[in-house]
Amino acid sequence: MKGYLGIDVGSVSTNIVFMDDDTNVLESLYLRTNGQPVATVQRGLRQIREALPQQTVIRGVGTTGSGRQLTGIVVGADAVKNEITAHAVAASHLVPGVQTVLEIGGQDSKIIILRNGVVADFAMNTVCAAGTGSFLDQQASRLNIAIEEFGDLALQGKTPVRIAGRCAVFAESDMIHKQQMGFNLEDILAGLCEALVRNYLNNVGKGKEILAPVAFQGGVAANAGMRRAFERALGMEVIVPKYFNVMGAVGAALLAKEAVARGVPTRFKGFGVADMEYKAGSFECDGCPNLCEVIEMAEAGKIIARWGDRCGKWSNAVSVEQTAGSVS
Amino acid sequence: MKVTFPHMGYMYVPLKAMFKYLDIDVVVPPPCSKRTLTLGAKNAPEFACLPLKLNIGNFLEVKEQGADTIMMAGGCGPCRFGYYAYVEHEILKDLAVDYHLVVLEPPEKHIGELLTRIRQITGNRPWIKVINAIRYGYLKARATDEIERMSYQIRPRELKAGATDRALKQAIDEIDRADSPGTLPAALNRAREIMQAVPVDKNRPVLKVAVIGEIYTLLEPFANQNIERHLGQMGVEVDRSIMLSEWINDHLFMGLLKNVRSSQRFRKVASPYLNHFVGGHGEETVGSAVWYARQGFDGAIQILPFTCMPEIVAQSILPRVSEDTGMPTMTLIMDEHSGEAGMITRLEAFVDLLHRKHEQKEALTS
Ligand code: SF4
Repeated sequence: MKGYLGIDVGSVSTNIVFMDDDTNVLESLYLRTNGQPVATVQRGLRQIREALPQQTVIRGVGTTGSGRQLTGIVVGADAVKNEITAHAVAASHLVPGVQTVLEIGGQDSKIIILRNGVVADFAMNTVCAAGTGSFLDQQASRLNIAIEEFGDLALQGKTPVRIAGRCAVFAESDMIHKQQMGFNLEDILAGLCEALVRNYLNNVGKGKEILAPVAFQGGVAANAGMRRAFERALGMEVIVPKYFNVMGAVGAALLAKEAVARGVPTRFKGFGVADMEYKAGSFECDGCPNLCEVIEMAEAGKIIARWGDRCGKWSNAVSVEQTAGSVS
Repeated sequence: MKVTFPHMGYMYVPLKAMFKYLDIDVVVPPPCSKRTLTLGAKNAPEFACLPLKLNIGNFLEVKEQGADTIMMAGGCGPCRFGYYAYVEHEILKDLAVDYHLVVLEPPEKHIGELLTRIRQITGNRPWIKVINAIRYGYLKARATDEIERMSYQIRPRELKAGATDRALKQAIDEIDRADSPGTLPAALNRAREIMQAVPVDKNRPVLKVAVIGEIYTLLEPFANQNIERHLGQMGVEVDRSIMLSEWINDHLFMGLLKNVRSSQRFRKVASPYLNHFVGGHGEETVGSAVWYARQGFDGAIQILPFTCMPEIVAQSILPRVSEDTGMPTMTLIMDEHSGEAGMITRLEAFVDLLHRKHEQKEALTS
């Protein structure tokens, strides 16, 4: 079997997919990053290696997410792309003709506007719309319901309670207030979904022309209550694509496929990467008053990357090839 | 008397030169850094904008080196900047950090007004000497601007990552070291040579993106997280809508020098969208987007400090400009919470967007 790996390393979760030549996703993994991107990716690679048949050939690897550069260096990626491009590519692959992508993850939310299959505009959350996923998690556990049930319960809400959703702090205190007033749980949950959707549309989607088909992806798309709240607010159908929670990784795999299609051999270092020894170290540079905390990554004792410096003095010194090849 | 002033990009080069020429003691604050910002953010009101916080940081840091007089620009109109010098002075007073304050406001009628205020610092030095000092400072600003613009061309085409940054630093230092009007031309030549020596690939295709918006965040690389460097390294040739020397001519010399690029060109084309003064550079920002679109730029990025009113007005108009001209625009808002990684993600996505658009255009025309 032949195929591509897509790796999406975010601050909260790390997703890895294996996609075959016909762009079917055969394996997909969801792991917690726990502040250790490299160890998490290694763990993921080990699991993928075990799941795949012995003679599988990896034809290309793509990385995305906030850990994309680092992971790209560690695994030897053919495509290192920001998460907006990766999500757009995945959405237009899985939802043909998609014109709007709503993406809400644990920490980040974004909106991507596509026209004629090309990204025409995008926006990422400002502080106030961040953390929708973690906020829902938190509220579920505060109310003692499993996060998986959250959406279905919210769907049963007949008359959603109006909750002030300007930001999470307001929303939480207002919810507690409404609970004390005796509203039923379903209506409160439905109201919370509507408040978060309002907040998203005002902060992230502000001023953007939302046209159908609309795809809704990211971890929060699992929540049926959120989906219905979007449909009611927008007055149109909202599609949750099949791999909605690993779209970044799917996009990265597609981009890797595109990159090696030009005939360049893959730079993938092989699954052996999973067993290599990586060590992160750091030091404070005293070259100027910025006192940057420079982080460096060593592979089997050899420094392969440095970052964290504002001036480029340290990062430029090792990752010349990567910075030159990281975009376009 | 030991004079100091806030940092704004390479403005320290011409200012230092002027003061030295007049034999006035001058202390340049250390470059803006995390420490500057921490000091400023701690002592400034939360809702003040980034420039004020960095200014306060600059003044606190340089007090440690014995500066006692602040020279700062003022302003007029709806933008808060006009009050900044005074507000900063009050904040410093509350902190028991004593400074004498001299505010240079753009002259309303005649350049004489400006000269009177300059007198507060220059004392009874002969006018001709003061005027020569101003001319000398202006020439230094021209020189640093020229070198900066060279870096815009070179960086996206450099063969070795970081080579342009190293050359730029050396070249600016050359200009900074020139210690008299007489030695400046030779220093500028050396600076040009340093820049030209950076190995480049002339045939590399590059995108062209304009950075537009509020003057301080445009000029001070610490405030804009080195946006020009990041864009350059992504293979983008940038142009900045405000260069220091042009601004000096527009606002302090009231456009006296004729063969200099002027923000007039922006105001002229802003009118279908916005045709009156909204403070700061709001009008020019809108106009610059139109202007760059007509020059065939692939995109424009507006930068502003969080809570900047004139730029928010401009921001709300930019989507229409973008729709009419077909040139994508993006807005980046800076404050002490802005992270560089998040900005790079947005820049990359924007550059991707421009690339794909570019390819589409080429596919259609070829
Ligand atoms: S890495 Fe560069 S910017 Fe950071 S402290 Fe060292 S010299 Fe300064």
